[in-house]
Amino acid sequence: MTTKPVNNYAWFFVLPVLAFVMFSSIIPAMTVVNYSVQDTLGANSFFWNGDTAFRALLNPTTEIGARFNDALFRTLAFSLTCLLIEVPLGILVALCLPRKGWAVGISLVLIALPMLIPWNVIGTIWQIFTRADIGLFGAALTGLGLPYNVTQNTISAWSTIVVIDVWHWTPLVVLLSYAGLRAIPDAYYQAARIDGASRWATFANIELPKLQKVLVIAVLLRFMQTFMIYTEPFVVTGGGPGSATTFLSIDLVKIALGQVDLGNGAAMSLVYYLITLTVCWVFYTIMTQLERRRDA
Amino acid sequence: MRQSLAAKIGITVYLLVLMLPIYWLINMSLRTNTDIVSGLAIFPHHPTLEKYIAIFNDPDWIHAFGVSLTYVAINTVVSVTVALPAAYAFNRYAFVGDKHLFFWLLTNLMAPPAIFAMPFFQLYYAVGLFDTIWGVALAHCLFNVPLAVWILEGFVGGVPREIDETAAIDGYSFPRFFIRIFLPLIANGIGVTAFFCFMFSWVEQLLATNLTSARALPFAAVMTRAYSVNGMDWSLLAAAGVLTMIPGAVVIWFVRNHIAKGFALGRV
Repeated sequence: MTTKPVNNYAWFFVLPVLAFVMFSSIIPAMTVVNYSVQDTLGANSFFWNGDTAFRALLNPTTEIGARFNDALFRTLAFSLTCLLIEVPLGILVALCLPRKGWAVGISLVLIALPMLIPWNVIGTIWQIFTRADIGLFGAALTGLGLPYNVTQNTISAWSTIVVIDVWHWTPLVVLLSYAGLRAIPDAYYQAARIDGASRWATFANIELPKLQKVLVIAVLLRFMQTFMIYTEPFVVTGGGPGSATTFLSIDLVKIALGQVDLGNGAAMSLVYYLITLTVCWVFYTIMTQLERRRDA
Repeated sequence: MRQSLAAKIGITVYLLVLMLPIYWLINMSLRTNTDIVSGLAIFPHHPTLEKYIAIFNDPDWIHAFGVSLTYVAINTVVSVTVALPAAYAFNRYAFVGDKHLFFWLLTNLMAPPAIFAMPFFQLYYAVGLFDTIWGVALAHCLFNVPLAVWILEGFVGGVPREIDETAAIDGYSFPRFFIRIFLPLIANGIGVTAFFCFMFSWVEQLLATNLTSARALPFAAVMTRAYSVNGMDWSLLAAAGVLTMIPGAVVIWFVRNHIAKGFALGRV
């Protein structure tokens, strides 16, 4: 890989993007920082609270710290499960999709459909769909003799949220991977054929490295979305049974809006934000290094 | 690469499973509420278009549908247009702060919405963008512009640098090269980016419903009528859900050839 030419005029290409994004991002973010170090007695009377909210949150012996700790591990486990299913499945489906002919358009449209439904409607479909008495999914599982009950059985509730997420968002990985696969020049495949490469070798040495950039985006997006998942568990399980599906965002909304505790809510938001940022940064840095080493 | 028989069967099975909940949505939209709650029915026994007719006869729904389509279209066009040169710059040049700036863009997608939303509304209220179509379109740029830059950068990277150099030697000016040669080469990236911008703006509800009150009320806001004090109107929500899938399906139908476009080198 040749090093990129240094050209600071490239800033002019980036300025419009900055203007559009910064307009909406700076002031709200600073206001949240402001909230996080204050406490309120309601009616717009705020007073300085320093880092108290942060200390309580990060100390597992306090009540809020223990809740945070549990929800954090629950959410990380959930994100990881979803990623481990969605990414390989998405790549596999993208590889199997037709490349030309009438079937391309129809397959793409069908695959995109789940993503196009507003999220509250998704929750509502699954709320009915998973009921044992009037929903197909629930009735089928109960019919097979499985102890399936979203509102009472922890495993059912958990696996249902995972199934919903996989159903809803694998298409994102599929579409990104498919477009990425189509962007690989034919010459690469011809070279592989001349060398007599096996299907697996073609995948591991040509397709996967070429898909890397698209997959990094897919993984980052999916991580951010699953880490902040709200609507599906809120509508389908309500965070239960017990606190089995109380993920970070659900907890946050309970504290910030339910108990009208802006200070703690803002501190929690900032801590989540920093966790997401750190995980994404580490992942992104590792992937960029891998790419550089491969190209060297 | 030819599609093998196993691949065909695999895709068919995947699509069937994917369509089951959607079939259920359509099924629900064709039944009355009492029918839905009374028992399991694989096929609607007495299918009725009652809810669809109700939606089409209500000017509020029609207006909201138009509003949603307008801000989503504005947002998609703006996001892709401003992201294209930026994606090119990030991939082709080194400049002061490039790596940090690139990652910073992504951080705008990370904020948990519950708390960040409040000052967001205050800001839009203060600058007079509250309850306007442009306000919602601009608000959605917060996540769609970074997303578009990131996706497009990946596709820009797939185009060999030699093509830029050859075009320069052949006497193409930069704008002409960019529009005539470069954009067609990353057509599948642009297609998939446009679809994602459309999709994320279309299904976004928190900002869209809270930044509007009357004139620019989006489809998602009118949809909340289904949750009333008299209980859930399941079939109305299902019918509205079916209708919301249509514009996105049309969009992907139009960009399908771009997404599936093969990359042929040497035909520059």
